[in-house]
Amino acid sequence: MSEFFSMGGHGAYVWSAYGITLAVLIVNVWLVRAKRRSALQRAKALATQDEVPRKQPTVRRLQ
Amino acid sequence: MKLPRWFHQLGSPPYVYRLAERLAPWLGGLGLLLLAVGSYWGLVIAPPDYQQGDSARIIYIHPQTAYVGMMAYVVMAVAAGIGYVWRMKLAHAVAVSAAPIGAWFTFCALITGALWGRPTWGTYWQWGDPRIMSEALLLFLFLGYLALRGAFDDRDKADRVTAILAVVGVVNVPIIHYSVEWWNSLHQTSTLLAEGGPAMTIDMLIPFLIMFAGFTLTFYWLLLRRLQAEIVEREGNARWLRDWLAGARNE
Repeated sequence: MSEFFSMGGHGAYVWSAYGITLAVLIVNVWLVRAKRRSALQRAKALATQDEVPRKQPTVRRLQ
Repeated sequence: MKLPRWFHQLGSPPYVYRLAERLAPWLGGLGLLLLAVGSYWGLVIAPPDYQQGDSARIIYIHPQTAYVGMMAYVVMAVAAGIGYVWRMKLAHAVAVSAAPIGAWFTFCALITGALWGRPTWGTYWQWGDPRIMSEALLLFLFLGYLALRGAFDDRDKADRVTAILAVVGVVNVPIIHYSVEWWNSLHQTSTLLAEGGPAMTIDMLIPFLIMFAGFTLTFYWLLLRRLQAEIVEREGNARWLRDWLAGARNE
């Protein structure tokens, strides 16, 4: 087992490369979620405002 | 020129938002599953390299993250170009969404490359090396694109000006790819696209390709989720978005 983690003496390089890659993926997921949350919050705040809604352009539904 | 209907559909924010909502879970689920399988295969099952030993196991993440960074740049440049030419706002939203993800993957490629370079070449970093320099330039193009956006208050103006930077910068992508052939580089030439077929055995090639697919799907998953948030930001008070939010609340 310790042989596996030592990676023939290159363990520090291999494991930190995989660890940093995993961390980058996690950070990306977290950043997207944070952006999504703040965007939805703002949209909901807009939607619940009682002001007269702005005039919407007329849209034709795509078939 | 008459554009096909799907082109117009892809310009419709509600259509694309719902399409993303349907596709994203599949891309994310499959992408992460492939990354897990590929990592296990690459770290445990695959044999060590006959010259580089176990440090060569970085080959299952380094070329893939570099590839995704370049692909992200191409996606960004093509989307920005479409947005510029056809004045399609949604295309600009795609370009903006691709940029930070591409920057992160490129950063990851540079770091994993440095960690591979140390045991293999004896150095983490080599100033003036064509592959390292062009890859670093890719990161700066992403960061420059994002910084330039930040300089504008008006979103439409930011879209149009940064689109030019994105499109011009795309020349760097083939330069990165061919840098190891055009100039002398410490970097090894492509293992996958080597003359006479991939220069690795099948038990290394399988995890190598699985990781390519995994990172690519994961990129598109992140892109779609980011695009959805970007659409919500840009659409603000649109009727369809109000209805969607009301529907989501009632469920």
